[in-house]
Amino acid sequence: MKHGGSRLDQVYGWLLLMPATVLLIAFTHYPTVATLGQSFFSAGTAARPSEFVGLENYRFLLEDEVFWKVANNNLWYAVGTIPASIAIAILMAVWVNGKLPARGLVRMAYFTPTILPMIAVANIWLFFYSPDIGLIDQVAAKFGIPSHNWLGDPDTVLGCLIVMTIWKEAGFFMIFYLAALQSLPPELEEAARVEGASRWYFFRRVTFPLLMPTTLFVLVNAVINSFKLVDHLFILTKGGPDNASSLLLYYIYEVAFSFFDEAYAATLTVVLLGVLAVVAIGQFVILEKRIHYR
Amino acid sequence: MKGARSIGFGQSLEVGAAWLLAIIWLMPLIYAFWSAFHPAEFATRFSLLAPLTLENFREAWSQAPFARYYFNTFLLVTSVLAAQFVLCTLAGYAFARLEFVGRDVAFALVLVQLMIMPEVLIVENYRTMSHLGLVDTITGIGLPYMASAFGIFLLRQTFKTVPQELEDAARVEGCSRLQILLKVYVPLAKPTYVAYGLVSVSYHWNNFLWPLVITNSVETRPLTVGLAIFGAPESGVDWSIITAATLLAVAPLLIAFLLFQRQFVQSFMHAGIK
Repeated sequence: MKHGGSRLDQVYGWLLLMPATVLLIAFTHYPTVATLGQSFFSAGTAARPSEFVGLENYRFLLEDEVFWKVANNNLWYAVGTIPASIAIAILMAVWVNGKLPARGLVRMAYFTPTILPMIAVANIWLFFYSPDIGLIDQVAAKFGIPSHNWLGDPDTVLGCLIVMTIWKEAGFFMIFYLAALQSLPPELEEAARVEGASRWYFFRRVTFPLLMPTTLFVLVNAVINSFKLVDHLFILTKGGPDNASSLLLYYIYEVAFSFFDEAYAATLTVVLLGVLAVVAIGQFVILEKRIHYR
Repeated sequence: MKGARSIGFGQSLEVGAAWLLAIIWLMPLIYAFWSAFHPAEFATRFSLLAPLTLENFREAWSQAPFARYYFNTFLLVTSVLAAQFVLCTLAGYAFARLEFVGRDVAFALVLVQLMIMPEVLIVENYRTMSHLGLVDTITGIGLPYMASAFGIFLLRQTFKTVPQELEDAARVEGCSRLQILLKVYVPLAKPTYVAYGLVSVSYHWNNFLWPLVITNSVETRPLTVGLAIFGAPESGVDWSIITAATLLAVAPLLIAFLLFQRQFVQSFMHAGIK
């Protein structure tokens, strides 16, 4: 095609883009910029309209203990869920890709949590974690272990959420590894067998490095999810006890829609946007490097 | 290399582990079925002699307006999908086949939405919706998702693989741009539409946070929000009834998945890899 395109192409191009562009600007770009702007203003009330306060909201943020707790929780939530679900996803994919009796059934079992809404998942898991009558406590009782309020104890609540999230996500990540494994040339494994390499060695030195692009893709998705998936909190803990299980987006929701402090909610949203920007830039830099190597 | 027998043993160990993990993975769902189809006294007690019942489903159905919630979710999912198909087709084609000033910058700006999804911007989007008078409407739930960067990206990639000769041939026969798009590109991209459609329907059937924020009446609430209110501990509803309601909410998607398993898995795969 010629450089620049015909005049008709110019008109057509922008006409076709128009509807999508209007909506994207209205609900993605404008609110992103507006959030940033709002974070420099005070929350307006009927008596006192919102006014410019500079970095006041950010100063408040730095001194807000709840924010630090929530940020810390979210960090541990990410650290707890991401490597584990990726490891399990790879294991699942290797199994489902190999010779396995009733392979279709096993694949279905792994993948099913993916299509369930987080709200439904939380409803079901709530039962496992309930003190006394919950499944975990019932099994524990058989071994003489005393009952425990899993979701009511600040020391165990985040762990409970992490386990549930791994269950929900591993099967989703599995399919990307499965697709990647299926695209690897089978000659590689044959050659390794002839050379007498063990399966673990082969996996570590050949398969895993070849899966790197998939891992990057899954990693980016997993990081985003760990910051935007908070539905289960509404059912399981409401962020409690004492914010021990609250995550950043849930805190934003609370500040905006329970405490009605839009300015501070915007400030917290800027932090979340910052995290997402770092992820985006990180992904870009790694991809650039890879292209450079080729 | 180890002998044939040790491979056999190692392999059966692996098969066992794979199966064990599959059973663990199904456990929560199996439990939900158990509790929903048995009387409340068996919700936490497991006995082969427990009688089966549909009473929990009847109770759940009568205690909350699930029929209305179904209707709302159905309306939401179909309207979002229809709008996404139209908007993403137009934009995807423009990005794939037209040369115009600012195209690459516009495309980069579209991709921003892959990182910053509407659920992150609930505060500001709520404000916009109240200015537009769309709070507590189905349109209000769907509107931020209708121009989907993901859909635009997928269709652009697909349209790029359509041979340019086909378009040229259609033009020689006197087809207009729009006709070419509808008669040449759209039919060839059918697998992408199916894949994207399944992903989109699953996503919006299950979406919760934004619908929760923007709705506040039975007339607009989708299933997920209705279920969350129904299952809240303070509602004091029985376990068995909550699990029955949970299964009601996920049933259509779950059944569709079990029937078209291969299609679902391949769609998610296809959509993710592009």
